[in-house]
Amino acid sequence: MAKGKTAYPGQRSLWERLPRQLRTDIVGYLFILPWVLSILIFTAYPTVASFVFSFAKYNVLQRPRFIGLTNYVYMFTRDTRLATAVYNSVYYTFLSVPLGLASSLALAVLLNARVRFVGLFRTIYYMPSLVPPVAGTLLWMLIMDPRQGLLNEVLHFFGLPRLGWFSDPQWSKPALLIMSFWGIGSGTLIFLASLKEVPHELIEAATMDGAGSWRRFWGVTIPMISPVILFNLVMAILGSFQVFTSAYVAGSGSGGSLAGGGPSGTAGGPLDSLLMYMVYLYAQAFRYFEMGYASAMAVVLFLVIMAATLLIFRSSGRWVYYEGGRR
Amino acid sequence: MTVPSLATTAAPVPYARRGSRWAKFLRHFVPPLISYILLIAVGIMFFVPFLWLIITSLKPADQVFTIPLTWIPHPIMWRNYPDSLHHSGFPFVRLLRNSLNYAVLSTIGVTVASALAAYSFARIPFRGREIWFAITLGTMMIPGVVTMIPTYLIFKWLNWVGSYKPLIIPSFGGGAFYIFMLRQFMMTLPWDLSDAARVDGASEAHILLRIMLPLMRPALMVVVIFNFMGCWNDFMGPVIYLNNTDLYPLSLGLYAFLNRGNRAWHLLMAASLIVTLPIIIIFFLAQRQFIEGITMTGIKG
Repeated sequence: MAKGKTAYPGQRSLWERLPRQLRTDIVGYLFILPWVLSILIFTAYPTVASFVFSFAKYNVLQRPRFIGLTNYVYMFTRDTRLATAVYNSVYYTFLSVPLGLASSLALAVLLNARVRFVGLFRTIYYMPSLVPPVAGTLLWMLIMDPRQGLLNEVLHFFGLPRLGWFSDPQWSKPALLIMSFWGIGSGTLIFLASLKEVPHELIEAATMDGAGSWRRFWGVTIPMISPVILFNLVMAILGSFQVFTSAYVAGSGSGGSLAGGGPSGTAGGPLDSLLMYMVYLYAQAFRYFEMGYASAMAVVLFLVIMAATLLIFRSSGRWVYYEGGRR
Repeated sequence: MTVPSLATTAAPVPYARRGSRWAKFLRHFVPPLISYILLIAVGIMFFVPFLWLIITSLKPADQVFTIPLTWIPHPIMWRNYPDSLHHSGFPFVRLLRNSLNYAVLSTIGVTVASALAAYSFARIPFRGREIWFAITLGTMMIPGVVTMIPTYLIFKWLNWVGSYKPLIIPSFGGGAFYIFMLRQFMMTLPWDLSDAARVDGASEAHILLRIMLPLMRPALMVVVIFNFMGCWNDFMGPVIYLNNTDLYPLSLGLYAFLNRGNRAWHLLMAASLIVTLPIIIIFFLAQRQFIEGITMTGIKG
């Protein structure tokens, strides 16, 4: 709308003479310009480039040399460390995701059942999620110390054997799982909030129809919060396939480094038992500077994650309930 | 008739079976008792590691590993804190300065850029808005691992590796999730104020700054807190881009401290607690925004 003072068309500035929609477009795009640039430079280009580099041998110093499918062939046929990394990541994901989801939901349900001190419990459960990952990993390395760590002494107290945890290839991944379990509090908060949104009338109606608490839970509560379960499930899978910090710190801190400990090493823990997919990818890219091979690894992980997500969304039609029918 | 559940026990049951008083008592008290026992048990499991962190940070070196366990350090070593801060393996002041530099700059960038983009998506009906918004949602589906290597190569080419630029500059484009969240929040704000301002000839920038920003404070706080925490905790980014120990942030400094010869666990725990403390303080100061932020990520996603 023209301002009051512009009395004559000839006096309008160039900007004001532009068609209104065009002015809106210009302002709109000006506002999202940083974001659009960011999408192009830091998302679109790298995603495409990852696919391109995955067909090349590229060590940063020399120009990339295209070698066709060699990286992929090597990945699937010869790289035994990669097989270990895949095994470790799958092991970790398949245990940590369902266990974490189920227990954070269970905690939320308990907290939702008109308990006292909800605030206190909520804070206690959430506190561990506030501890920075490196600090948290250090703490658990101390607690699970193979000699006289707190956990071993607790086990001993109950007449169980002391374990090697991070220094024992058999127990290092369970140790990582226990550690991840400590951080389920944020999931609990999300579930708790969604449980509060379940309409009370529905629960009451089910009660009137004679449904016990078990039936009410599975028949009303679970369907009502199923979109949140779906979201948390997808996020948890994304996160656990890409787990890095805890495995890297615990792996290199437990005498399992291959190229010398410290930030310059490639940490895999004892017998590579903590060599997660991301840790190995990191080593290939930034320790061995095999950018092409690491890109191929990234592409494969990307495809696996996409396939898993797609599979979950496909199946979600059967178990996820959306208010107002299917969207 | 089915067994009445908890919610209906208040209804009068005139001719109850024998022993129903006892059954009623059980129904009333046992389930809550069980849930309290479970809640407290889990609470202990969650809290004891935390407690152990504090206890160990106050121990003399020779009480870290003892049989039986030492629960109360004797004497209580308050000086572990100054000791860890002055330890040559943990140059705290420098690490803190680097962490703050990273977190503050990145947070300023991401908040400004995300607010701008979110405002545009929520309130400016430019052509192509739906498409760009859909693309924004789409980028959230792309895991960081796919963009990691080419992004590194871009910064390598720019000769920025070995500085904080690769960690900070991308923030100035905004973040997909923050944009989405802020946009959803803006959609719930009333239109009349901004409409009135627009009729008075206010520019979009003016409307955003003077009218929308004050209303958006809670949502912006969520962005600020989450991004700050993300940078403070970030380990992978610094590990990839920083090779000079002078540039290490706290997270990397802690890690380097771990890998320095014989491990002084009491000092390591003191250092860990010092690194954790700011986050805990932020949590208690802004608990409401914090919890809203966490639940918003879950529910509106």
